[in-house]
Amino acid sequence: MSLLELAWDILPSLLKATTVTLELTGISIAIGLILGILLALGRLYGNKPIYALATAYVEFIRGTPLLVQLFIFYFGLPSIGINISPFFSALAAFSLNSGAYQAEYFRGAIQSIKGGQMLAARSIGMSRFKGIVFIVIPQALRLVIPSWSNELIYLVKYSSLAYMVQVPELMARGKIIASRNFRTFEVFLVVAFIYLIVVLILSKILDLVEEKVKIPGLGT
Amino acid sequence: MLSNPPILLLKNIHKSYGTEEVLKGVSFELNKGETKVLIGPSGTGKSTLLRCINQLTPPDQGEVWLNGTELTDSKVDINKARQQMGMVFQHFNLFAHLDALNNVKLGLTKVKGMNEEEAKSKAIEELERVGLSTQASSYPAQLSGGQQQRVGIARALAMDPKLMLFDEPTSALDPELIGEVLEVMIDLAEAGMTMLVVTHEMGFARSVCDEIIFLENGKIVEQGSPRQFFESPEHKRTQGFLDKISELYGGAER
Amino acid sequence: MDNLMLIWDSLPALLKGMLVTLQLTFAFLGLGFLVGISIAFGQVYGNKLIKTVISVYEKIFRAIPALVLLFLFYFGAAFIGIKLSAFISACLAMGLRSSAYQSQIFRGAIQSVGKEQMMASRSIGMSQFKSIIYVILPQILRLSIPSWTNEFAIVLKDTSLVYALGITEMLRQGRYIIARTYGNSLLIYITAAVIYFILVFAGSKFFGLLEKKFKIPGYETKEEKEGVRAV
Repeated sequence: MSLLELAWDILPSLLKATTVTLELTGISIAIGLILGILLALGRLYGNKPIYALATAYVEFIRGTPLLVQLFIFYFGLPSIGINISPFFSALAAFSLNSGAYQAEYFRGAIQSIKGGQMLAARSIGMSRFKGIVFIVIPQALRLVIPSWSNELIYLVKYSSLAYMVQVPELMARGKIIASRNFRTFEVFLVVAFIYLIVVLILSKILDLVEEKVKIPGLGT
Repeated sequence: MLSNPPILLLKNIHKSYGTEEVLKGVSFELNKGETKVLIGPSGTGKSTLLRCINQLTPPDQGEVWLNGTELTDSKVDINKARQQMGMVFQHFNLFAHLDALNNVKLGLTKVKGMNEEEAKSKAIEELERVGLSTQASSYPAQLSGGQQQRVGIARALAMDPKLMLFDEPTSALDPELIGEVLEVMIDLAEAGMTMLVVTHEMGFARSVCDEIIFLENGKIVEQGSPRQFFESPEHKRTQGFLDKISELYGGAER
Repeated sequence: MDNLMLIWDSLPALLKGMLVTLQLTFAFLGLGFLVGISIAFGQVYGNKLIKTVISVYEKIFRAIPALVLLFLFYFGAAFIGIKLSAFISACLAMGLRSSAYQSQIFRGAIQSVGKEQMMASRSIGMSQFKSIIYVILPQILRLSIPSWTNEFAIVLKDTSLVYALGITEMLRQGRYIIARTYGNSLLIYITAAVIYFILVFAGSKFFGLLEKKFKIPGYETKEEKEGVRAV
């Protein structure tokens, strides 16, 4: 059987597993987004304890490997009596991890907004809270898109780690197929190709989104 | 209190940044319909003073009274009070993600709670007032500096302020764009708006304002009518400053 | 108390694993550096063909997950009849992957140094090669330190992925300890996490010092930003 025939043969099964990969990525990035915004606001506007807590969280998550975090959820928590399914361990690890990275992107974006924007908001009688909601966040959301796109692409790729805790996503499916037909290298070529296509398509979509929400006249 | 209190009353305003005392006890008042111009060397606390008035920078000591209400009182709802004082910034500070119309409209809907329809027609009206109704859907980065500043003025006017604060509104503009902004300001003054203007535009000061206040090193050195100011200043410092200004910005001749 | 003993007892094995983790980090970063800087220059100064080949190379290595790359190199070597140890396959996969990221860092730096520096050095009679060695390279290495520090942290953390090929780095040592002692796995993994954190932190501090030491006086423009925190 040639590589092409093999690919044709295993593609349906792999594509089905790809939906698990996308599901895992999609939910994690969404939870991470909310967490990230909250953490960023906590680091920028929070009082001392909130600032310290948010900072410690972000630094620790970013300073340790995602795989170790995943193992803590899947293998570690049962030793204190908490058992969660493979899918949910992966979801928890990926969301909490992504939240820390997204927090940094948001913080950077918010900090790059000029101080005069908030001054102007306050000068027409907006409260600090309204200023954040109507002026700072809408601008930060636009500024953050390029780094946020990177984060999404990263997460698609790192979701392959879920294979290590038996989540039936793309990588795991490839491994199962390979263990049956013993053509490991070729199977993973096909797997790699699928990741490549997914990543390329996502990048294109995100570029379009960025173009679409761009503020006219700003940037190049 | 008198039955007709001044719109703005400052009593003994002090402000320090760290060990540096920027304002060392400034007092003056502004009555309804008056325009006063604040001049002085850079770094002398003019911008700080403006921000002390609307509490963007709370003063360390002293009182600010707006229309008979003490703003330096911690019980005052400052967000409400700020709606009555429009502020125009040196660098415009237009909301970068909103077009001209929405820059003017935002405060109406989100602060005043006006409905969309009403806010929109009010915003268009204000843009018309500054001669920019045709640019309503342009974003700040698509407008010239002069146009941006006029939108800034419209944004402040939309809140129906009792008092307008101008913080060097023309000093970030190219010379050929200064005129269009000054024109709007002159119209406003003539229409009876109460205004406090920090500026180096002596032509504007001479022709429009009721009183010039010369601030140096955090203190008022001299204040008086433009005529008295330009023709017979009491202090040597004032004369020196005026000479320097006319050298830099082209004199005060009309 | 038992928990403290468990951590104490597991430390020697974890630290042994840490040494492997560090070896892997240096190997990945070293290969990534050599290949990365070469292709960065190729991207900027090369002809059209070279540029295209390099950009395809970068796209592929950046789009495929590290775990998949590890498998491709490990099983791919066997597929074409070469026997590669897990360690060497891992170095190739992760080193080349890092090169695709490092080349972007260096390319950015080369472009920010700009054509003017090259023109100036050519104008005093240096060859293109000499200009690169004596004028461009010293500048871009300095400029790249901050982004490179970031890449160091990513590569260090991603060494944990070679767990999948059975290499006994720190994470796998942790797994062994748990299997051997039936110990509290949460504790062991958190201990491992803390060691990773210390390594990343210490490494970043080290590069921060390096950056300060090699700063070109007056070169960096101070950023004046008020920030929205001001109000």
